[in-house]
Amino acid sequence: MAAGVATWLPFARAAAVGWLPLAQQPLPPAPGVKASRGDEVLVVNVSGRRFETWKNTLDRYPDTLLGSSEKEFFYDADSGEYFFDRDPDMFRHVLNFYRTGRLHCPRQECIQAFDEELAFYGLVPELVGDCCLEEYRDRKKENAERLAEDEEAEQAGDGPSLPAGSSLRQRLWRAFENPHTSTAALVFYYVTGFFIAVSVIANVVETIPCRGPARRPPREQPCGERFPLAFFCMDTACVLIFTGEYLLRLFAAPSRCRFLRSVMSLIDVVAILPYYIGLLVPKNEDVSGAFVTLRVFRVFRIFKFSRHSQGLRILGYTLKSCASELGFLLFSLTMAIIIFATVMFYAEKGTNKTNFTSIPAAFWYTIVTMTTLGYGDMVPSTIAGKIFGSICSLSGVLVIALPVPVIVSNFSRIYHQNQRADKRRAQQKVRLARIRLAKSGTTNAFLQYKQNGGLEDSSSGEEQALCVRNRSAFEQQHHHLLHCLEKTTCHEFTDELTFSEALGAVSLGGRTSRSTSVSSQPVGPGSLLSSCCPRRAKRRAIRLANSTASVSRGSMQELDTLAGLRRSPAPQSRSSLNAKPHDSLDLNCDSRDFVAAIISIPTPPANTPDESQTSSPGGGGSGASSTLRNSSLGTPCLLPETVKISSL
Amino acid sequence: MPSPLVPDKIEDELEMTMVCHRPEGLEQLEAQTNFTKRELQVLYRGFKNECPSGVVNEETFKQIYAQFFPHGDASMYAHYLFHAFDTTQTGSVKFEEMMDIVKAIYDMMGKYTYPVLKEDTPRQHVDVFFQKMDKNKDGIVTLDEFLESCQEDDNIMRSLQLFQNVM
Repeated sequence: MAAGVATWLPFARAAAVGWLPLAQQPLPPAPGVKASRGDEVLVVNVSGRRFETWKNTLDRYPDTLLGSSEKEFFYDADSGEYFFDRDPDMFRHVLNFYRTGRLHCPRQECIQAFDEELAFYGLVPELVGDCCLEEYRDRKKENAERLAEDEEAEQAGDGPSLPAGSSLRQRLWRAFENPHTSTAALVFYYVTGFFIAVSVIANVVETIPCRGPARRPPREQPCGERFPLAFFCMDTACVLIFTGEYLLRLFAAPSRCRFLRSVMSLIDVVAILPYYIGLLVPKNEDVSGAFVTLRVFRVFRIFKFSRHSQGLRILGYTLKSCASELGFLLFSLTMAIIIFATVMFYAEKGTNKTNFTSIPAAFWYTIVTMTTLGYGDMVPSTIAGKIFGSICSLSGVLVIALPVPVIVSNFSRIYHQNQRADKRRAQQKVRLARIRLAKSGTTNAFLQYKQNGGLEDSSSGEEQALCVRNRSAFEQQHHHLLHCLEKTTCHEFTDELTFSEALGAVSLGGRTSRSTSVSSQPVGPGSLLSSCCPRRAKRRAIRLANSTASVSRGSMQELDTLAGLRRSPAPQSRSSLNAKPHDSLDLNCDSRDFVAAIISIPTPPANTPDESQTSSPGGGGSGASSTLRNSSLGTPCLLPETVKISSL
Repeated sequence: MPSPLVPDKIEDELEMTMVCHRPEGLEQLEAQTNFTKRELQVLYRGFKNECPSGVVNEETFKQIYAQFFPHGDASMYAHYLFHAFDTTQTGSVKFEEMMDIVKAIYDMMGKYTYPVLKEDTPRQHVDVFFQKMDKNKDGIVTLDEFLESCQEDDNIMRSLQLFQNVM
């Protein structure tokens, strides 16, 4: 829970008085308060430096070392203080977190040491405040990269080992993606690079005119027509290699659909397709004209270099992300061109034999002038035309020179910003998820507390589970508040599994009504016990125990589990242990009057698992249920990561 | 609850950061309320840490209640609670107002409850409540009717002692 919450708990509890008229059941008694509930000053001795703080300050974050009962391990009874053999300078930041709610990162300390301190005191690194977060992340990443480089340099000799038993596909894919993994991959990488270069050069060279020997009249021919066979062979060889490479990649790709849609594979296809089309198309005059145009696409083979060059990839990405700036430049240029072309056209209209035959014709003049090229193939001859022409060239300088630096600076800004924004967004989600997970332990502690029989009469206190007793005062009061809300609304908090189960049971139709309230909360002598919401949820507790135990067993991973509930572990365990066919209680809260239903309380409220067996109604499966209760009781209650029931 | 915990009519956050509210004296508060001096000290220290400027606004209220009742949606209940300290009360509660409040209370439970929350559960609850509280069956519960009904109900009177000490 956040810092502020503990402070407001007394207010919330006082405000709960408002629920009294609404509640149709007696509200549970308040938790036993300690005699002296005044605040006390704790002394925390960290390697000789004494820090003193209020106990309430530390209690604000019950899921950390200092806020929970874990600090009792460090209590020194002789001196009456908590002794930690850790760095006192770092502890200052930790303690300030409790005081202000924000964890700041010390700038002159090593990030690794800071992380270790956080881990010791039970603070999640994601709690670092926003003011220091970016620097913390940067330094941490820098550190991690540096360490990773060292590791890689070490391992360079051995070469990273593949997981044993990887298939040919996986090995091939790895070879394609990281050419440095094996010699064969490296050879293949260079061979394909070489052939791309050869293909591009051949395309270029075949258009160069080479002087034919002894031909009358000496006619200049492009090399491609002089040595058609040679060029054709070279082209064929290149295309064969490219096709082979493409097919191999397609075979090795872990997800073929994704590979087919990727940009690189499209480039590959475009590079080799003209050749095959050329093979299939007959040597027809009409069609080959169109086919010649297709050969233009062979130049796209040069883009295959982007697999070999990181810089090309970055450039492509940058252009994509700067599309709006480029679009703006284009738009403003177009506007200026149209304006000046129109003006020049009308200025030069009167002249005879003028080049400015139409406005589109004047476009060419405007572009050439504005970009200060000035070919001179179109020049104005009238005075007005010359004046506007000079204005055009002057403004051209401005129009082009202004956006270009903006675009260039935008390039770098947007590029870096994009990268950082994406990273931050992804990290933010992860951050929040991890913080939520760390805190979900406390919110679900109430459910676990119920399941552990905490709501039973605390008269037989020794029998209570240790985890129930060891809750902090804050937890006790907060659970009491939640309990009051349950009584007011006559519904109980439960987890998602039982909820969906109950939902399914409702849809299945009538259930047998079993009013089985073995024990309840007597508010005073001669209390009215209501048959509504019978609290004896031994079976429900068992079900909860099933779900929590099974879930906590499989819940050591955090992030992906928050997306949805992993239902697979739960059902089979539940079905095997819950042998009772009809373990749902009919809670028809319509009959919610103060029915003095005298439920039999022959035996004192049972708290131990053994006793609960005998007093719980219905026999089947109780043996298994008791073992499960034991195991669930064995689960420590205050572990923040394990309980994964997201009732949120 | 002592009055300094709630602002009078401050909504603008900018204004809030510039305003600094100081409570009445400790002795005065002790005389007005049932808290002991030490309790008041603890309460105020915690509050001052949370809201250094001395005032709390409705948004903070809602966030705090959202953390107490994370399973459900506490925003409407916090809204009503916040404005419960508004001094311009009409002095009576109509059926619809009660419906809204009870619905807000049920919202705090959240979705995952046992038994499953049905659509008309809040309405039924309010029906029962009004049957009990509304003496003259006019659809409005006035303060006197409310006090009378509460005093008649043993359960409520007994439960009141639960909240004797909230510390």
